[in-house]
Amino acid sequence: MARMKFICDAERCIECNGCVTACKNEHEVPWGVNRRRVVTLNDGVPGEKSISVACMHCSDAPCMAVCPVNCFYRTEEGVVLHDKDVCIGCGYCSYACPFGAPQFPSAGTFGVRGKMDKCTFCAGGPEANGSQAEFEKYGRNRLAEGKLPACAEMCSTKALLAGDGDVVADIFRNRVVQRGKGAEVWGWGTAYGSKADSKGAKS
Amino acid sequence: MNSLKRIALFASAMTVLASLAACGDKAQELAGQPRQDAAPYTGTGVQVFTTSDWKTGDKNSWAQQLKTRAQYGQNDHSRSN
Repeated sequence: MARMKFICDAERCIECNGCVTACKNEHEVPWGVNRRRVVTLNDGVPGEKSISVACMHCSDAPCMAVCPVNCFYRTEEGVVLHDKDVCIGCGYCSYACPFGAPQFPSAGTFGVRGKMDKCTFCAGGPEANGSQAEFEKYGRNRLAEGKLPACAEMCSTKALLAGDGDVVADIFRNRVVQRGKGAEVWGWGTAYGSKADSKGAKS
Repeated sequence: MNSLKRIALFASAMTVLASLAACGDKAQELAGQPRQDAAPYTGTGVQVFTTSDWKTGDKNSWAQQLKTRAQYGQNDHSRSN
């Protein structure tokens, strides 16, 4: 087993936010916390691109490096998880993370910043697999059920891929080779007309 | 002269005390590593939600199940061709 990875295909993502919704529903993520977000570049401009972003489960994770209480750990599959019983909610991981993955629920009585929450690659946390305690703190443990993350499995255009790094890289590589670029892309002629059609239209 | 000697003696005694102050500090290393998680191939023990195509506790069958699921669920090229 290689490392678990996410890849988002910017050519396919249609900013439907299905992944965000799937994640929130699967793990019953509290209000104000988004473990996954869709980021759009050049929003509203023709050619805009969207990608779905969450914790990238870095090989050399900056959050792990800066945590003063050492609450992070990495599983054998390369998933970066943390122990909420150890986390003190200081927010250093949030400053260190280049993807903005760490989230801090502010639903406490006095609006204080709570324990850090982030994408778990649907792998739960250090509580017993499938236990109520694990679900309440970290959400469902789909990996231990033989399933892949809900966000990727729910993606309508299959833009978001998740799983063994080798497998998802192969799927993505094959996809890029098959779809080609520019006028080779499926649907190009329908959308913009082929060269032959445009010549015919002029004459 | 005598008072100067006293001051010097007092100052050196204070310096020795200050330099030894750290010896009484308690160790501040982290208490230990965070709790480790059980491997995902050990399953959740909840059969209703577990897919049936792999054997709980068998790492290879679990890994194969995820690979198959990724290909079937995410590789639309292989499904359409």
